[in-house]
Amino acid sequence: MPALPLPAETPLAWYLVLSAVLFALGVAGFLFRRNIITVFISIELMLNAVNLSFVSFSYKLKQSDGHIFSFFVMVVAAAEAAVGLAIILTVFKNRQTLEIDEVSSLKN
Amino acid sequence: MNTILFLILAVVAVGCGINVILQTHPISSALSLVGVMGALAVLYLQLGGEFIAAAQLIVYAGAVMVLFVFVIMLLNAGKEQKSRARIWVRWAGPPLLLLFVGAVAYVLEAALPPSPPVRFGGFDGGTVKAIGERLFTEYLLPFEVTSLLILIAIAGAIVLARKEID
Repeated sequence: MPALPLPAETPLAWYLVLSAVLFALGVAGFLFRRNIITVFISIELMLNAVNLSFVSFSYKLKQSDGHIFSFFVMVVAAAEAAVGLAIILTVFKNRQTLEIDEVSSLKN
Repeated sequence: MNTILFLILAVVAVGCGINVILQTHPISSALSLVGVMGALAVLYLQLGGEFIAAAQLIVYAGAVMVLFVFVIMLLNAGKEQKSRARIWVRWAGPPLLLLFVGAVAYVLEAALPPSPPVRFGGFDGGTVKAIGERLFTEYLLPFEVTSLLILIAIAGAIVLARKEID
């Protein structure tokens, strides 16, 4: 079996493309899913994809600013998860549903 | 070796990512997301981000996902009903998504100036020492503001979780 034509060193663009793929998956989940918790999980997926971009560009520029920024993104995501899940709990307590289409009192 | 590791991790991450949006039960989605986060942590390590890889595992895969799983268990969330998406949305969505990713990949390959290929140990600015030094000197104000943000988030979460809305 001939050896696969793989480059010995990974091009940086591959990391960015992986980040784009994960971000697109997060967008798809955010748009198509109807469970509030799953929509929230998709948001976390998007944040993770963006973090990968930050770290890749940090490697390219040989500066650690990207790492620090993605650390801040993580902290904000943790705070957002705490508040968001509290909102989901309140919604469930008042409506007994997790379907995102049935929680529409802010519409119109 | 580096490339093979990257490809394995990329397949794991994308497979788990697809699983996140295809599973109908929230708990399966949450556990697939843990898979994505684990793969990303190793990728960060490959890119020289030791601190960020550890933080990813501790903060994301540990704390945030435990919070998610707690809430899913607490609400006893069942299977999700089928989406009522229109038929053309259902059929046009995935190709458009692929088109978007393809466009991004093309732009990245074409427009980005040639960058050094990634090899393990090629960048050592992501150690705990380096990050800590910058975090507590240059980025001291954002760091302190972050602590305030977390305090507000804690208070907000407690208030929201106790409140009854009429």
